[in-house]
Amino acid sequence: MNFQQMTLTLQQFWAEQNCIVVQPYDTEKGAGTMNPMTFLRAIGPEPWNVAYVEPSRRPADGRYGENPNRLYQHHQFQVIMKPSPDNIQELYLESLKKLGLDPLDHDIRFVEDNWESPTLGAWGLGWEVWLDGMEITQFTYFQQVGGIDCQPVAVEITYGMERLASYIQDKENVFDLEWVNGVSYGDVFKQPEYEHSKYTFEVSDTAMLFQLFSTYEGEAKRAMDVNLVFPAYDYVLKCSHAFNLLDARGAISVTERTGYIARVRNLARQVAATYLQERERLEFPLLKKGAVNHG
Amino acid sequence: MVKDLLLEIGLEEVPARFVRAAMEQLKEKTEKWLTDSRLAYEQVKAYSTPRRLTVLVRGLADKQADVSEEVKGPSRKIAYDENGALSKPALGFARSQGVDPDTLFIREVANVEYVFAVKSSLGVETSSLLPAALPALVTSLSFPKNMRWGNYELKYVRPIRWLLALHGNEVVPFEITGVKTSNITRGHRFLGTETVVDEPASYVDKLLAQHVIVDVDKRRETILAGIKSLSEERGWNIAVKEDLLEEVLFLVETPTVLTGSFDPSFLDIPQEVLITSMREHQRYFPVFDGEGRLLPHFVTVRNGDSRSLEVVSRGNEKVLRARLSDAKFFYAEDEKLVIGNALAKLENIVYHEELGSVADKVRRVRAVADRIAKHLRLETTELEDVSRTADICKFDLVSQMVYEFPELQGIMGEDYARKAGEREAVAKAINEHYSPRNAGDRPAASLVGAIVGIADKLDTIVGCFSIGIIPTGSQDPYALRRQAAGIVNTLLVHEMEITLAELFQLALDVHAGRGFKREAYDIVNDMQEFFSLRIKNVLSDQSIRYDVVDAVLGAGVKDVRRAVLRAHALQAATDSESGSKAEFRPAVEAFNRVCNLAAKADSKQVDANLFADEAERSLYEAWQQAHGQFLDAVTQADMAGALSSLSSLSGPVSTFFEAVMIMAEDEALRRNRLAILSLVADDVKQFADFSKLSG
Repeated sequence: MNFQQMTLTLQQFWAEQNCIVVQPYDTEKGAGTMNPMTFLRAIGPEPWNVAYVEPSRRPADGRYGENPNRLYQHHQFQVIMKPSPDNIQELYLESLKKLGLDPLDHDIRFVEDNWESPTLGAWGLGWEVWLDGMEITQFTYFQQVGGIDCQPVAVEITYGMERLASYIQDKENVFDLEWVNGVSYGDVFKQPEYEHSKYTFEVSDTAMLFQLFSTYEGEAKRAMDVNLVFPAYDYVLKCSHAFNLLDARGAISVTERTGYIARVRNLARQVAATYLQERERLEFPLLKKGAVNHG
Repeated sequence: MVKDLLLEIGLEEVPARFVRAAMEQLKEKTEKWLTDSRLAYEQVKAYSTPRRLTVLVRGLADKQADVSEEVKGPSRKIAYDENGALSKPALGFARSQGVDPDTLFIREVANVEYVFAVKSSLGVETSSLLPAALPALVTSLSFPKNMRWGNYELKYVRPIRWLLALHGNEVVPFEITGVKTSNITRGHRFLGTETVVDEPASYVDKLLAQHVIVDVDKRRETILAGIKSLSEERGWNIAVKEDLLEEVLFLVETPTVLTGSFDPSFLDIPQEVLITSMREHQRYFPVFDGEGRLLPHFVTVRNGDSRSLEVVSRGNEKVLRARLSDAKFFYAEDEKLVIGNALAKLENIVYHEELGSVADKVRRVRAVADRIAKHLRLETTELEDVSRTADICKFDLVSQMVYEFPELQGIMGEDYARKAGEREAVAKAINEHYSPRNAGDRPAASLVGAIVGIADKLDTIVGCFSIGIIPTGSQDPYALRRQAAGIVNTLLVHEMEITLAELFQLALDVHAGRGFKREAYDIVNDMQEFFSLRIKNVLSDQSIRYDVVDAVLGAGVKDVRRAVLRAHALQAATDSESGSKAEFRPAVEAFNRVCNLAAKADSKQVDANLFADEAERSLYEAWQQAHGQFLDAVTQADMAGALSSLSSLSGPVSTFFEAVMIMAEDEALRRNRLAILSLVADDVKQFADFSKLSG
């Protein structure tokens, strides 16, 4: 199964489980969790089921397209279901079968792994799912997001698409994966991997990035002052990405690091709190609709 | 009549490290409830897998035992009026106990007469208790980490997905987080199906048919048997580490042992790296040949049967290959590392905001280590090795390998230092200074490693205590307890002639440049108390009786080695089985009396001219002799000898007490007698607080 078919298969499967399928968010982010479709929607009492692919940027992991396993940008397939369904593990295992992974031919295990994002003020409990010893999915019951207790609890399933594909296609090198007939992952991503790595480690303008961080932070606060949650959150994401670029460049000392993370976390917390207020002011529209049935 | 009772809590995969404790807790709480509820039973058995916690009660009585107990009421004086009729309070007592007032009777308790009632209640049917008791039992289990799920309020280790509760062949009805009880269990996630358990006793076999070995010991045996047959078949020596086996045991319901291989070219990487990668990251068992050399194979345990085993094996090989390729890359990168440059980088790594950089810490460790080495009068070469080790003990923290595998700190340092041409003793000591790395680990074998290790740990503890980070309850984020225990054990193993007070002072002097937020006096006191508790644990681990531990700690533990030896000497002297206890008893009584009276002394000046009785002279002379022996024995760390020199005073002390009146009216006589006792007490109190010994 090629990379493209995998994405389509998962989208189809989760759409059938009443998830709305949305497109990747257009602001840089380090993980699918940071997409407002997860970060904000996991907060508050409203039901919410969503699935999407998320291209995720981790500047520090860039390797100029030379490392067979590490990437500046990789793909996560993200599922959020709130409240978490009773049969969520079974649904997940069913999705693996759709990808051609019969559990009877493999060793699939749920190994304890607790997730925490200090920048988002979020944490949850769950597992990493192992397929024949390889971690292919992060499976988390959110307990807190933006410093707010999750009630009801959302479950987050994050498939590591490159890892899964390398297993399914039996490839050693991520760039050899087949994206779609005759087109390899390398054809699509090798050049951007090289260029982004070079930019991150050698070219990026540190002074400008520090400046941007502060500018974005200021703008996020300004938007929040007038209760514009989504624009404010976009600037929080931009702050986070600027921080990641600076961090990868080695421009932030260990002492300063804690300070910058705290600044992003404070913004994220404020956004979360304001989001909850705004939804309450709107009388939690999705709650009134009863269970959202998007099927 | 008796029936069996079965309770199975079906869960999403519980973290492996919690399962055994949870199973034991379920068993204990069940037994406690049965006892408290006066329910007779034959046996309670507990089972568990990653997905279930189960308790099976065999031969549970159908009814609670009837009970009749005597309850004490008001005293006779109050219970009867002047006419001999029952008073209001007595009638109220009868009513509150639900008994006929005529059945009250009198009994004497400690010379006072009271009215009593016999209260009896008939046991109720077990089946009527279970619907409330079982859910309470389920929700009473506590776990180190809990979570919520769905729309429910309950905090539990992982979501509850099914509940099986069977009393005889009847389902006990209750519901938790929307899950209703039934007589249905679930088999292996992939190999099994749901299945009805018609009676509790068939539970284990029913699950076995559904590919779940629910009995923990059986599952363990299955894994071990699989490993054993593989090792015999291939002639391998498979290293089964207990903690890894325990984890694997609670990751699988049907274990199948399988093996895989990796490219022998990876064997160029140090063994520890390969072993860490396999053990810690993949939960594999590494494989060795007869000579203890690592072989390019691994053993793992699948949660399933033997179908498509080669697919599983190939998958695992692929993962390991990626991991080892990374390790090989980092190892090659680290060859570029120059120790001097690495040390410069430590200036930029924050150790702790208030305690400076790692380089600052290293400078303190060097200063403390040098001072300890001088105190112990090491030879020149060793002094140099200590200094060099301390200087470079943390350089590998900036290596790629330690960045990726933090648990390899020190291990990589040793390897890289050796390659860089450092002296062998220094390379070894870099690794050893982290020892003991965990609870069961041994202290550093070399003296150099031991000294730098003590300096490093001491710096951490003093640093933390000086800024108010002191472990409380379960809070010990910097593992200070383990580090203090490490210091204690290292001092013991190397028989170091240095006291805790001296160590504290060394470390405080070195830290003082930083300026303290707290008084040095308070820091020392807190540390003394903290270390006393560690020593207490060390003594308990060595099977020293509690009263002996208290007695020894009561005399202070500035010198760790002698404190432990004192405990062993005292334990031997008061061993009730060998009969020495009875022999030693008079000495203990004498010491206690001496110490009590000595508290009244205000001088230690003994004037032989004031001796009015021969007993005074003979005690004083006996003490002079014993005192010399005592001091010699202590110097030589012969604490049994020290104790026996004290015991030799037992006779003269008794004679003294019989012959003279201590608290004589003549002040000069009295002061002189108390002074003799005070001298004796000074030695006794250095050894132990004998009043803490149990009778």
